[in-house]
Amino acid sequence: MKSRHKKLLAIGLGLAGIGIAAALILNAFQSNLVFFFSPTEVTEGKAPTDRAFRIGGLVEDGSVQRQPDGLTVRFVVTDTAKSIPVAYKGILPDLFKEGKGVVAEGKLGTDGLFTATQVLAKHDENYMPPEAAHALEQAAKAQKTVVPQ
Amino acid sequence: MNLYHFASPSTFYHLAGKLIPWFAWGAGILTLWGLYIGFFQAPTDFQQSEAYRIIFIHVPAAWMSMFIYLVMAFWGAIGLAFNTRLSFMMARALAPTGAMFTFVALWTGAWWGKPMWGAWWVWDARLTSELILLFLYVGIIALWAAIDDIKRGDRAGSLLTLIGAINVPIIYFSVKWWNTLHQGASVSLTKAPSMAAIMLQGMLVMAFAAWFYTIAVALVRVRRIILERERHTDWAKAILAED
Repeated sequence: MKSRHKKLLAIGLGLAGIGIAAALILNAFQSNLVFFFSPTEVTEGKAPTDRAFRIGGLVEDGSVQRQPDGLTVRFVVTDTAKSIPVAYKGILPDLFKEGKGVVAEGKLGTDGLFTATQVLAKHDENYMPPEAAHALEQAAKAQKTVVPQ
Repeated sequence: MNLYHFASPSTFYHLAGKLIPWFAWGAGILTLWGLYIGFFQAPTDFQQSEAYRIIFIHVPAAWMSMFIYLVMAFWGAIGLAFNTRLSFMMARALAPTGAMFTFVALWTGAWWGKPMWGAWWVWDARLTSELILLFLYVGIIALWAAIDDIKRGDRAGSLLTLIGAINVPIIYFSVKWWNTLHQGASVSLTKAPSMAAIMLQGMLVMAFAAWFYTIAVALVRVRRIILERERHTDWAKAILAED
């Protein structure tokens, strides 16, 4: 074996070693790397109860209610399996919409109400002109009426 | 054709000189074309309206930030294994451009994040790992600058580059592996792109512009490095005397 092949082998093995180490470390810190918990994970008790954390999911259709004080908003975050009611006082981001993604930071009360201190909109990776989105919506509606559920 | 022929600094110096104008003009034309598509031809987005247009800068910059790092790691590995001088010079020539693109990706991302998400910055896995990439670039450049002995510096910097290379797959897959605020990939090798064709076209043209720009400036920089290191040779002296 030539010395340069030995060096190449050493570099390859070194990189593989670093890769394995990184994989183990990231695996061990899995829960700390998670930016938010889904409502299902929260109901399963995976989220911390003593400190603030973030929940993420979709804003349930028809759940957004403005409170009489004009500032507080109540809505429900759902992952379609479980859902959690959220109360938030403050300005919502532009992309906040029913049926769209949201990430809220705050604490879960004993009554099951999540009081948020910050609400972030999470948008998806789809980009299209409004006309195309409209056409898709129409197609989905048409399909619903044709296929009885 | 003998590839080793081009590994000689003097040959490569002249070859790079001939290639630079082509890549520089290519970068200019592609940038104008890409920006024209991005600003005038691409329609607004159904949920983000005009603000989504930042992807024409943000995504190519983010791709290049990761890709340049991998190329640097490749040259570093070749240099360490085969002791080829030119590969270390290529690695050094690429680093500032990689750092620049990383910064641009983070900066445009912050501009995008404020109106869309409601925050300039969040510590999610994608953003944090990209910030680590910027620190790696800066750290590698600083390490090279700190070591006066060129050969030692080359080896130390390339070793650090190789160790840091583990960060690149982490950045790329972070949106898949963990819940992040950052959205998933719109364009990947494994599935059809989830964006309108004209938007995709604008983004790809800008990505090619970033490639051409990177090659052009890296070649300009590598020529400077070659001249500096070969200044004791006759051919380099002749060129330096002309200037």
